[in-house]
Amino acid sequence: MDMFLQQILNGLTLGSVYCLVALGLTLVYGILQVPNFAHGAFYMAGAFVAFQLMSALGWNYWLAMLAAAASVAALAALAGRWVFHPLRKSSGLHPMIAAIGLLLFLEASAQAIWGADFRRMPTPYTGMVEVAGIGIGQQRVLLVAGAFVLMAALQLFLKRTVVGATIVALAQDREGAALMGIDTHRVAMLTFAISGALAAAAAVLYAPINLVYPAMGSLVITKAFAIIVIGGMGSVPGAIAGGLIIGFAESFGAFYVSSDAKDLIAFVLLVVILSVRPQGLFTRGVL
Amino acid sequence: MNARTGWGLLLLLGLAFPLLTDNDYHLTVMSSASIFALATLGLNLITGYTGQFNLAHAGFMAIGAYTVGILTVDHQWPFWAAFCLSGLVPVVLGLPIGLLSLRLKGHFFAIFTMCVGYILFLGIEKWESLTHGAVGIIGIPVPEALPTPFGDVSFDSPRALYYLVLGFLTLGLWVMHRIVGSLLGRTFVAIRNGDDLAESLGINLMRNKLLAFLLSVFYAGTAGGLYAGFVRFLSPDLAGVERTFDMTMYMLIGGAGTLLGPLLGALGVPWLAQYLQFLQDYRFIVFGPLLIVLVIFLPDGIVGWVRGQWLRRRASQPASVVAQEPDQQSTSVGLKGERHA
Repeated sequence: MDMFLQQILNGLTLGSVYCLVALGLTLVYGILQVPNFAHGAFYMAGAFVAFQLMSALGWNYWLAMLAAAASVAALAALAGRWVFHPLRKSSGLHPMIAAIGLLLFLEASAQAIWGADFRRMPTPYTGMVEVAGIGIGQQRVLLVAGAFVLMAALQLFLKRTVVGATIVALAQDREGAALMGIDTHRVAMLTFAISGALAAAAAVLYAPINLVYPAMGSLVITKAFAIIVIGGMGSVPGAIAGGLIIGFAESFGAFYVSSDAKDLIAFVLLVVILSVRPQGLFTRGVL
Repeated sequence: MNARTGWGLLLLLGLAFPLLTDNDYHLTVMSSASIFALATLGLNLITGYTGQFNLAHAGFMAIGAYTVGILTVDHQWPFWAAFCLSGLVPVVLGLPIGLLSLRLKGHFFAIFTMCVGYILFLGIEKWESLTHGAVGIIGIPVPEALPTPFGDVSFDSPRALYYLVLGFLTLGLWVMHRIVGSLLGRTFVAIRNGDDLAESLGINLMRNKLLAFLLSVFYAGTAGGLYAGFVRFLSPDLAGVERTFDMTMYMLIGGAGTLLGPLLGALGVPWLAQYLQFLQDYRFIVFGPLLIVLVIFLPDGIVGWVRGQWLRRRASQPASVVAQEPDQQSTSVGLKGERHA
């Protein structure tokens, strides 16, 4: 029974990270219909910025997280403006390739600055918490709580604020939104900034349990793609549900099937689901 | 200068290349670039001509390579026997994958195949009893000497291997030229330009997309088989999505949806990378932004851009001059106009 609870917690941890990364990806897809392959590089950049601030400058964990979120948000907004904005009218292939160019550039830059080594990110939360008879690392609790706070905040932002409503409006009907006086360029940049900030926050929350290295984003982003396809591209509830499904499937799969199979599960699940329902589990809801 | 003379000159240049350099290293770079050029031709068929961005392409190349590696090293097959299967095994595996993935359109197909690529990569890395896992396959034999009327031709020198690869690349280009110039090639382009329109013209989308996919996979697998015989060492990295990104870059820099573009890209970029060797692993600091700039400003690649200029100049000439020009260019050159039609 304890092991079962432990797997639930593991699934929740993994699922929270996947949710945050997938949310940013699905938001950008909803606005621009671009699968942003560089999103994993944003995730990686967030981890490295925080790592640098904490290890070299001795910043506090939370301050470093905020700074990482802010700088990756700026990076993502600039990428939106300089890379994806000029390509908004070209065919589906070109924005994808531009995103790949951005991904390769960011990964190579990180490797040039920090080297290819695996690094451990320090965290002030190294203790254990006792919940229902089993011990959990404080960082895991923080990760799950942080992720759910961010998801709730995003949901409130999209549903309750005017700025959030402009994002939803743009996702529903780009031209209609422009006719209503919404500055579509600015909203697109804002969406990129939010997606970057979410990715950076996810990375800083998860990195102390995991490791920091230039290619750390590639597997996470591939799974995030699997998640948003399962959840329906551009759907916020779909991304959250998909993230949790994959998180639980991986933790239970690693425990009950084989830990070698862990990374395969997301993709096999995707293949199975898309074979049965090519349009995803949730039909494409707009945000 | 018409297209045929141009291609002839290019082939002559390829044949003369070993005479222009006595540096084995240059031959090795050129042979390896030619192998990837062959695989890029395949990627260009499914992505450039048919419009389906297959991100698992390197995975299929790896399957072809591992077919040769496993059969020669673990089962002592002769190289050529194993090589004959290197194109077919990926096609057999690609059939169910194609049937499944080609039902998806646009971005979904790209994302799905990216996941398939990861499955292939992880499969090769984890299935140690078959593929030797992360250690890789070592000691693949050199292709055996082939008996010809002029005596045996052996492949144990870099020069002989270069000519072998050049031969397959030429054959691959010629076959590709026949495919894209045929009604079938036109069908693929029609699907790229708009699958609803293509379907309303009576084109069976699934059958044609699957055919393009399997042909491209066959190219990838054959290139993989050559890679195994040439490099003689295989590791799971060959299946990595980064390899597909490389080939996409070659295709795009030269010009997707043209015959010459992917060839120029695949042969030119590795040479450029040689000059950027001081950057080593960081070469993407240059190539990444280059790719973005290219996609924004030269979306049809170098060959596409030159052709566009040429067509524009031709169009602005008096009609009488155009009428005198023989129309033999149009089969291989008319794509640029069609894309925007």
